[in-house]
Amino acid sequence: MIAVDVALTRGEFSLEAAFESKARILALHGPSGSGKTTLAHLVAGLAAPDAGRIAVNGARLVDTAQRLNVPPEKRRIGLVFQDALLFPHLDVKMNIVFGRFFTPKTERRVPFDAVVETLGVGHLLRRRAGSLSGGERQRVGLARALLCSPRLLVMDEPMASLDYDRRQEIMTLIERLRDEFSIPILLVSHAADEILRLADEVVSLDRGRIVAQGLPSETLAAASRHVEGGRFSVVSAIEAHVGAYDAHFGVTRLRHPAGEIIVAAHVANGDRRVRLLINATHVALAYRKPEDTSIRTALLGRIAAIDEDASPFAFVRLELEGGGRLVSAATRLSVAEMNLSVGAQVYALVKSVALDERELGRSA
Amino acid sequence: MTLSDLSPSLGFSPPELTAIVLSLKVAGVATAASLPVAVFIAYALARWRFPGHAALNAIIHLPLVMPPVVTGFALLLLLGRKAPLGAFLADHFGVVFAFRWTGAALAAAVMSFPLMIRPIRLSFESIDERLGLAARSLGANRIWTFFLVTLPLAAPGVIVGTILGFAKALGEFGATITFVSNIPGETRTIPSAIYSLTQTPDGDADALRLAAVSAAIAIAALIVSEILQKRADATRAGR
Repeated sequence: MIAVDVALTRGEFSLEAAFESKARILALHGPSGSGKTTLAHLVAGLAAPDAGRIAVNGARLVDTAQRLNVPPEKRRIGLVFQDALLFPHLDVKMNIVFGRFFTPKTERRVPFDAVVETLGVGHLLRRRAGSLSGGERQRVGLARALLCSPRLLVMDEPMASLDYDRRQEIMTLIERLRDEFSIPILLVSHAADEILRLADEVVSLDRGRIVAQGLPSETLAAASRHVEGGRFSVVSAIEAHVGAYDAHFGVTRLRHPAGEIIVAAHVANGDRRVRLLINATHVALAYRKPEDTSIRTALLGRIAAIDEDASPFAFVRLELEGGGRLVSAATRLSVAEMNLSVGAQVYALVKSVALDERELGRSA
Repeated sequence: MTLSDLSPSLGFSPPELTAIVLSLKVAGVATAASLPVAVFIAYALARWRFPGHAALNAIIHLPLVMPPVVTGFALLLLLGRKAPLGAFLADHFGVVFAFRWTGAALAAAVMSFPLMIRPIRLSFESIDERLGLAARSLGANRIWTFFLVTLPLAAPGVIVGTILGFAKALGEFGATITFVSNIPGETRTIPSAIYSLTQTPDGDADALRLAAVSAAIAIAALIVSEILQKRADATRAGR
């Protein structure tokens, strides 16, 4: 899908990155100043590298050795900005069809009605772009980028300025776009939960260099100790099968080889897998499956690593029975008193009420 | 029915009416002809960095600080019948500026240019450049992007610049009288006519009437610009 090998220097900042990926959603992750947005701009053609090559879906966009640098309007890469950047002098409909106007008729693969329907912007079409709320703006921005039937959608922190509920909503929409329009997505994000839920692969950047590339759950877990927000933003993603919904108690049972996971919500059933995000602070550990407890979800696993330093905290990484990785945040005190060690078999206890149904993403 | 037929009812004498019509023509042509140039140069000054950026900016603003008579004199030296450039234009294109109404329009355009360009440039500078990038990524080339996104967003500044330029052109006197003199029916605009009237005995009442016309046109222009700008602002704010 995408192959990048570029170098660029701007004043003090230098970027050198080479990666290839076939992921349906590839995430670029890193702190601010890591170069992830610059990299996205290079792909979209808003900036040119000093040297290197970029190809998307087999189309060569940049090759400095051959003096090739396709201008942005010819790249057919849909861009979604953090603040949507709708055209304020046009109404929503004109914003949405702006790109389609410039798309050759033979390449208009994405139908207008389907986009309007999927993104739920039908009732906004006659509004002025400036009168929309943040979430609405972002949906219109997605529609606008989609309707030029792009080779690739580049999303630059599309959810960074939205509140929690709007973020969940946009994430659900991005999953639908991926499934319904089969357009690959390059997602620039510093939020671990977005990447864990959406991405199939992640490229992790720091100060202009790639520091890791791989599956999001593994790549991000390795860096999680240093994540912004400390222990509260350490999140793991595990995949489970949707099971039966208990209408009386309003809970859904998800099946995982390591144990049953109870979610306090109605997860639309059907035989499918979902990706579940679990905060490390919501996971407790026990040697035996406790019986006199309110916690219903106990997952069997083995300790793969224990991350400790001088802080009071320890991050215990588990390999779950039947696959999947889960991080538990504990104190060093409990690690010492329980005598936890690598290789030990433990149960991970998860409070059902801490699992939010909106954190369930459709699994790839 | 022509304007001169109306003159008795409006209370203007034929020479006064000629001066008013000529003034509107000179200012209108000066504004219309310099607007595209002003938009282009304002855009270049706002968005591009090139050698000579500061020099161009200074040259444009020169008529604002120089005595108008000097500007008119410079035009005369450059474009007079016997000046090389003036003779060249007259011989090869049949374009003559000296002592013609076209010269009055040129003098007005030069003098009003700095006033016209400033609000347009500020307007371009206030536009988020990334909106242009968004348009490019959606498939619009530079020219489409300019006409569909950048220029519409700069509309309030373009309107203000046009009105200010028109008002200034209407009132231009020093450079005009130096460059094209004060010929009734050809180059005697309202300010020149007022000046002539003040030089004749008993001309004060007539001068006052023309001054009132002048003020009325200027005030009307300001009101129109205010209304258009409000409308453009409302559009931008999304109402």
